[in-house]
Amino acid sequence: MSFQPNEVQRRAQLASGLVVLALSVLLAAFFRAQVIEYARFRLAAEDNRLREVPLPAARGMILDRKGAVIAENVPSYTVSYLARTERAVREMMQRIGALSPVTPEQVGGAIRRYRHDASRPVVLFTDAPFRLVAALEERRLEFPELIIQSAPKRWYPDSSVVSALVGYTGEISDRELDDSTFAGYKAGQQIGKDGLEKQYEDRLRGREGVRFVEVDARGRMVRDRARGDVAPASPEALRTNLDLDLQRFIAGIFGDSLIGGVVAMVPQTGEVLALHSAPTFDPNRFTGGIPRSYWNALQSDPRRPLYNKAIKGTYPPGSIWKLATAITAMEAGLVDIDDRMATPCRGGFQYGNRYFRCWDPKGHGNVTLAGAIQHSCDTYFYQLGLKIGLQRLIAGGLKLGARQRSGIDLPSENRPLYPTDPAREYYDRRFGPRAWSNAVTLNLSIGQGEHSQTVANMARFYTALATDGTAAQPMIVGASEARAPLFALTPKQMQGIQEALAAVVGAGTAAGSRLEGITVAGKTGTAQNAADIRRDHAWFVGYAPAEAPTIVVAVMLEFGLHGSRAARIATRIMEHYLKREVVALPETEG
Amino acid sequence: MRSLRLPADRPLALVALLLTAFGLSMVYSAGQTDVPTFVEGLWRIQLAWVVLGVMAGYVITRLSSRLLEAVSVPAYVAACAVLLLLIFIGKGAGTAASTKSWLAVGGVRLGQPSELAKIAVVLMLAHVLGAARRAPATLFELIPSATVVGIPWLLIMAQPDLGTGIVFIGIYYAMLFWAGVSWWLLLLAASPGISLILAFSTGLWGAWFLVLLAVLALVRPARWEGVVVVAGNLMLGVLAPLLWNRLDPYQQRRLLVFLDPSSDPRASGYHLIQSQVAIGSGGLFGKGFTLGSQKRLAFLPEQQTDFIFPVVAEEFGFLGVSIALALFAALLLRTIRVAVRSSTPFASLVAFGITSAWFTHLMVNVGMTVGLMPITGIPLPFFSYGGSFMLASWLSVGILLLISSEGRGRADQL
Repeated sequence: MSFQPNEVQRRAQLASGLVVLALSVLLAAFFRAQVIEYARFRLAAEDNRLREVPLPAARGMILDRKGAVIAENVPSYTVSYLARTERAVREMMQRIGALSPVTPEQVGGAIRRYRHDASRPVVLFTDAPFRLVAALEERRLEFPELIIQSAPKRWYPDSSVVSALVGYTGEISDRELDDSTFAGYKAGQQIGKDGLEKQYEDRLRGREGVRFVEVDARGRMVRDRARGDVAPASPEALRTNLDLDLQRFIAGIFGDSLIGGVVAMVPQTGEVLALHSAPTFDPNRFTGGIPRSYWNALQSDPRRPLYNKAIKGTYPPGSIWKLATAITAMEAGLVDIDDRMATPCRGGFQYGNRYFRCWDPKGHGNVTLAGAIQHSCDTYFYQLGLKIGLQRLIAGGLKLGARQRSGIDLPSENRPLYPTDPAREYYDRRFGPRAWSNAVTLNLSIGQGEHSQTVANMARFYTALATDGTAAQPMIVGASEARAPLFALTPKQMQGIQEALAAVVGAGTAAGSRLEGITVAGKTGTAQNAADIRRDHAWFVGYAPAEAPTIVVAVMLEFGLHGSRAARIATRIMEHYLKREVVALPETEG
Repeated sequence: MRSLRLPADRPLALVALLLTAFGLSMVYSAGQTDVPTFVEGLWRIQLAWVVLGVMAGYVITRLSSRLLEAVSVPAYVAACAVLLLLIFIGKGAGTAASTKSWLAVGGVRLGQPSELAKIAVVLMLAHVLGAARRAPATLFELIPSATVVGIPWLLIMAQPDLGTGIVFIGIYYAMLFWAGVSWWLLLLAASPGISLILAFSTGLWGAWFLVLLAVLALVRPARWEGVVVVAGNLMLGVLAPLLWNRLDPYQQRRLLVFLDPSSDPRASGYHLIQSQVAIGSGGLFGKGFTLGSQKRLAFLPEQQTDFIFPVVAEEFGFLGVSIALALFAALLLRTIRVAVRSSTPFASLVAFGITSAWFTHLMVNVGMTVGLMPITGIPLPFFSYGGSFMLASWLSVGILLLISSEGRGRADQL
């Protein structure tokens, strides 16, 4: 080899230079990673290391007007898993399945949650049965990846009594997660699905806390609470206007046999005291995943327990709507409270080539408007409707809110069915031009025909009758200051109507429902329905005490046959409410 | 006998000891994980190997370079024989479970002979190159030395151990350079390999071919040399895709991941990403000895062997990296100095061969952890856990000290 000292020296310099240069490049690379990009890599290391385990927050309680508990939370357990792959989720469910039965739905639910957000611990079981929790805790070392923590679970102490009000909670669905209104919600969380739970989701929803656990590369938890928890926070209790005692009473009356809806409210403020739909369901069973068998039973029940008959169901109002006809006529100056019709009632009314029957084949004779209300004389109202005329009749009905939702603070209230203005166009559209006759006027004037109402909206209408012609918006939480002016009658007319309504219960169609010591005013309704022509729906809407009303009650019994039956229920509700108020213990000193 | 010699290069010994102590403490730290693994106790075994290595190194310093030259041929033959044996009875281990780099007797793994074979090859190369009166000047004259490296290289590539293969090539080129081979001959010898790499882009390969022709026109080697070089480049350029297909999928992935780590973040890219996260999150001063979270939580793969340097970076930060690299720089510059001062061509070439082996290991290993090099599993001298390698490193230190003591001038002069 060429080994001259000079050449060796030159090569040594070259080699040394190369070494220094190469190590400088390495050092520069480390400088870039450790100094310039430090923040990014530090975050990446923290992301690697820490897993955020959500700490479920309790939903806010729901209380009645006196503070009695309608909805609260009880402890339950969730089992979550820091999964890295979908296969890991499946395998974990299989391993757990060896200890305690796991349904395919539970596996599917866990997979679904994993797919939605793989970075969060996957909730394997919400409201895990105690047996499972105990089995897993016993084998803690075999399942270091599982996080078992207590989670508050929704509980309704009165269960089915409040089902029409509270609705239910359930796990947020995929569709809801994709919906922007649920931004910020995570898979596996419980949300209000119906009723107050849904309506006031914003106010009931708790703020989830965070617990930081340190995991290793295999997702095994190596240190719990690696950083201070962010505590979950529950909102303040939701105070409602409801009277839980009254609600229980109403549910008790309906029991298991009756089908129908009830709304009880304060006429002056619109505060809803009670709202019931029968048959009921058990909202507690919805919490943490409704069992399929129960869901199927509810869905296949022909009485439709999940269909809220107080706000969703619409029924022909029948005679309770006669007050609307009377008010429209009086406002138009066509009749007064003492006026009679040209044709006295002999059990029906001949119009053209059709004979329209009055409900009472014996007839009511030549009655005044007050008498026609008291005895619910159809013949009188057929003639009154014709006198008003179809167009004005419909316009009047619309003004009284016939096509409006009551505005109650519950989700998915249905709008009542009623013709639109102008009337002719509506009927042409519905039946075709010249395919209908003026006879529709007769049906409409007695609350039949193209008309069906919700119980809530009829309660709202009667708050106007119970007060001064302005209606209150039914509210379960808070109260709406604004009152909707429905009609304006002279004081004499108003008094006449109210006396007639009192007479309905005193000596009229609901005479059997008289109460000792309390004057009740109201109107029965017996409405034909298309579903079963022989079994009419029974209505009663009224208020008490007649002289100074403090409660309006609307009762609708599906296939209740006659309004007097609804009246009996309504007056018992009023009695319970009013008598209890009266006999409340006086506050004593000392 | 000792009194006849100049003192050995004590600063070199000191640097090697410092690196070993640093490395041993990192092997200890590598075992400190939240979920304990077998790595926890490895530092004790490593310590035993250090003791053995230092003792072996000391014994070497008692010998003479003449003896070294005398044993170079038998050592080389023995090394090749063992490597050949490994093809048939070799065992895999750890991340390289599919390779056959381990020598085992009765199920007990004795070591990786290829680490010691490096020293044998360095000695043999130094013997062959040093014996010639002048440096090889033609491709033809490269054939003896190429054969010396080529035989063990082929045996190692057959294991297959790509990383060690790279080190052999590094050693060979460095020693040719040190022997005084001209730059253009080195380039021509390397040109087929460059063709192989560039062949994946036709445009690049074409450009390279033009450069090659320009070099040939400039230096005007013998006609047959030109023919061989052009033919070799053409052949490998054409064969490249076929060779690529012959690589194992994991090797292909590693090369692709080097180009873009995020192309496979869960599998092959995972190591690289986690290594960079460990390094970057160390910051200026690190997370503290044994406290690196990436390592503790097992995000860092092979933290006791191939990826031990990220542990340094994570726990001691840029400061620790600077100290470690400074120590390596001192080691390498000092060994170059030993090579310069050597009294014989053989000794000088041996010293430089050892330098180049360490340098290649350092660049490939540390460069890999920070993303400058593709992932090839080769260890970091004095740091990575591994008995044969520690032994080989300290044998090398012993050889360097021996050579330095026989060299011109004062060995321990700074």
